[in-house]
Amino acid sequence: MTVVPTAHYLILAAALFCMGMLGVLVRRNALVVFMCIELMLNAANLTFLAFARERGDVVGHLGPFFIIAVAAAEAAVGLAIVIAVFRNRGTVNIEEIQSMKH
Amino acid sequence: MAEQVLFWVFAIGTIAGAGGVIAVRNPVASAISLVATFFFLAGTYVLLWAHTIAVIQVLVYAGAIMVLFLFVIMLLSLTDHGPIVQLSPSRIAGALATAALLASLVGVFRKLPPGDTVTWATDASRLSSFGTLKELGAVLYTQWLFPFEAVSLLLLVAIVGAVVVAKARV
Repeated sequence: MTVVPTAHYLILAAALFCMGMLGVLVRRNALVVFMCIELMLNAANLTFLAFARERGDVVGHLGPFFIIAVAAAEAAVGLAIVIAVFRNRGTVNIEEIQSMKH
Repeated sequence: MAEQVLFWVFAIGTIAGAGGVIAVRNPVASAISLVATFFFLAGTYVLLWAHTIAVIQVLVYAGAIMVLFLFVIMLLSLTDHGPIVQLSPSRIAGALATAALLASLVGVFRKLPPGDTVTWATDASRLSSFGTLKELGAVLYTQWLFPFEAVSLLLLVAIVGAVVVAKARV
């Protein structure tokens, strides 16, 4: 059975992860930084699924399952923190939120 | 052949969507671009025979999580007038590190054997049950029951934590 090689999916996942990492490192809006973290989590999911198909092992599908559940928890708590920070400081620009620096 | 075409459509869509997330100024446009990325990724998951995970991806990620993001973006009604990216030495170093990571990862993955066949897929019964909700559930509720229950507790803690953190006065 001829399929798209696993390496193609892995390179796609690497590109997606690096784009998420670039967004985390260069963007200033905390909400966009959160979205970029979601991109990185999805790159990990794609890697899990690519190897699950390669090995024919359905346990590889449970990784993405748990990652999605943890991402939901992370988004809920993270966005609550963003709201709390915005209420206290009136901004979500990560350049201006640096009172814990030094 | 159709699979090749679909893979490239979904791959280009995914990368374009991710580019939109990090390149546009308006957070709402970023969120919509992220939803598009999740849909293209769900298509990629179907190509990987992970139909159940593709459905969960659309329902939970593109549905629930992104609605939460849009709610918060619109609740905060942010105005952003500065440049999208302010160049500073640390940011340039970060971008260079990202490019180096991508180059090294792609370099490693290109060395993998071509492998355009899946050896176990000759077994038709295994192929027809792979990635179905039935098979996933059979593993999840027996061997992985404790992690599953732990995740339910994690979600409960996250809900309570989100309420406590976001409330004005506890």
